[in-house]
Amino acid sequence: MASAVLALSLASSAFLVHTVDQLRDSTSPQEMLYVSSPKLLKRLSLGYEGLLADIYWTRVVQYFGGTHSRGGGTYKLLWPLLNITTQLDPHLIPAYEFGGTFLSAKPPDGAGAPDLAIELVKYGIQNNPGDWHLYYDLAFIYYDLRDYRHSADAFLKGSQIPGAHPFLKIMAAQMAEHGGDVATARMMWTTTYQTTHDALIRANAAAHLRALQVNDDIMILERVVERYRVQTGRFPESFSELEAARMLNGIPLDPMGKPYELEGGGRVVVSDPADLPFIEKGLPQGYVPSAIPRLVPTN
Amino acid sequence: MNNRIFQIAINTFREAVRDRVLYNLIAFALLMSGAAVLVGQISLQIERLVVINLGLTAVSLFGIVIAIFIGIGLVSKEIDKRTLYTVLSRPVRRWEFISGKFFGLVGTLVVNTFFMAIGVFGALAYVSHHLERSDGWVLLALYFIVLQFMIITALALFFSSFSTPIFSAVFAFCLFVIGSFAGDLRNFAAMAHGATRWLASTAAYLVPNFSALNVISGVAHGQSVPLQLVVLNTVYALVYTAAALSGAVLIFERRNLK
Repeated sequence: MASAVLALSLASSAFLVHTVDQLRDSTSPQEMLYVSSPKLLKRLSLGYEGLLADIYWTRVVQYFGGTHSRGGGTYKLLWPLLNITTQLDPHLIPAYEFGGTFLSAKPPDGAGAPDLAIELVKYGIQNNPGDWHLYYDLAFIYYDLRDYRHSADAFLKGSQIPGAHPFLKIMAAQMAEHGGDVATARMMWTTTYQTTHDALIRANAAAHLRALQVNDDIMILERVVERYRVQTGRFPESFSELEAARMLNGIPLDPMGKPYELEGGGRVVVSDPADLPFIEKGLPQGYVPSAIPRLVPTN
Repeated sequence: MNNRIFQIAINTFREAVRDRVLYNLIAFALLMSGAAVLVGQISLQIERLVVINLGLTAVSLFGIVIAIFIGIGLVSKEIDKRTLYTVLSRPVRRWEFISGKFFGLVGTLVVNTFFMAIGVFGALAYVSHHLERSDGWVLLALYFIVLQFMIITALALFFSSFSTPIFSAVFAFCLFVIGSFAGDLRNFAAMAHGATRWLASTAAYLVPNFSALNVISGVAHGQSVPLQLVVLNTVYALVYTAAALSGAVLIFERRNLK
């Protein structure tokens, strides 16, 4: 009798917990931080601030991932959570890298707060003066803001740290001379892709590199289409016509391996824009980009 | 004399084992196994850091709780069960009794810490697939944790020599908390004036300096610990423990046990 009551009680309590959780999700405020003072948390940790920092870092990742999967937003809690994490453990480097990327990114991809991103990374540099990666992160934030002078300055300072990657010096020079060029953008995203260990940041960098490739491809393909129009007096209806006219070797494919398409008026477009966030050219007419860019995992 | 202290220590250890104190290792093993498996999926890039922080924090907290809750009962239980009179009626001096109890509980905690250390290194090897040279500093952090245990055990014995078990637990826990803020207390004393400064300074130097014995965060990041700090912390822990035990002996020798 007692064991039956025990089993029934446990099953009922599990069901009730699940029901209450669902009710709280829809009625309670989504974004709340009960203790927002890093100093107070440090004192409450009784000297175990390392573990508390790890718990808050886990919370940062889950908060960002959860908000992102629900359609993104302004990520109001991202800065307070990252601030607490880094105040508790100033040597937690992944927090600065993550914060530098997603605090500065515009909503719905990030918090849209580049000033806070700069403040966070500078705090990281102050506490970890021997880590050149943080200078790279800072330079990238400035680059995104089109502040090429400060970006070059950050690259230069980073290059002076013993053990810094040689490309930092190259990037300092490149930024100083050609900050706004596509070649510079490609170099920045390539080095981000190659140096980060964070899967989300790597996927983000890959998506930007694919977007740059699409922009280049479409520019070239539209020139070919224009050449065809000048020769024949009309726009081609498909790439097969261009192939038949020996202006192309095969049907051109986008970075995701899907064929480009031709719209009326000689416009070259991608077949699945959802796979290629951040592209500026090649969007089909009437296409509305999703609020959440689809970041494809990449190796 | 040494034989009497040793016998009391051995009996104290046996009592702790009989009281199933070492069963906390089961909870610890479950915690570390769970952490080792889950941490890679939820913590993102800081698996080693989490395992070291979690493991060492658990070793420290489990041990502090055991030190306080067993320590406060070491003397009072003997009085309640009337076994103390039997012990003291042998040629066992009161200070030998206190010393034996102290060494017995510290011995229990050292054994406990040893098995927990195996668990921590096991979890670390699981998440990293190998151990690195910098993991050696984890042993030093564990040594400092054992020094913390010595101090808190001596304090629990000190309070239990004149107070009830509940108040002994409260006082010992309060000193643990205040000792974690010892650095802040000294900073406050430096900024204060007059009598407040005098009182704050006295308190700051009287409370145990647990903050200096906590190197978990640094060790988790692979930072080395200076030899000077190791030597100074060891001497400090020995001196403070001796002071607390001397206080316990002084009070216990004057206590009327009737």
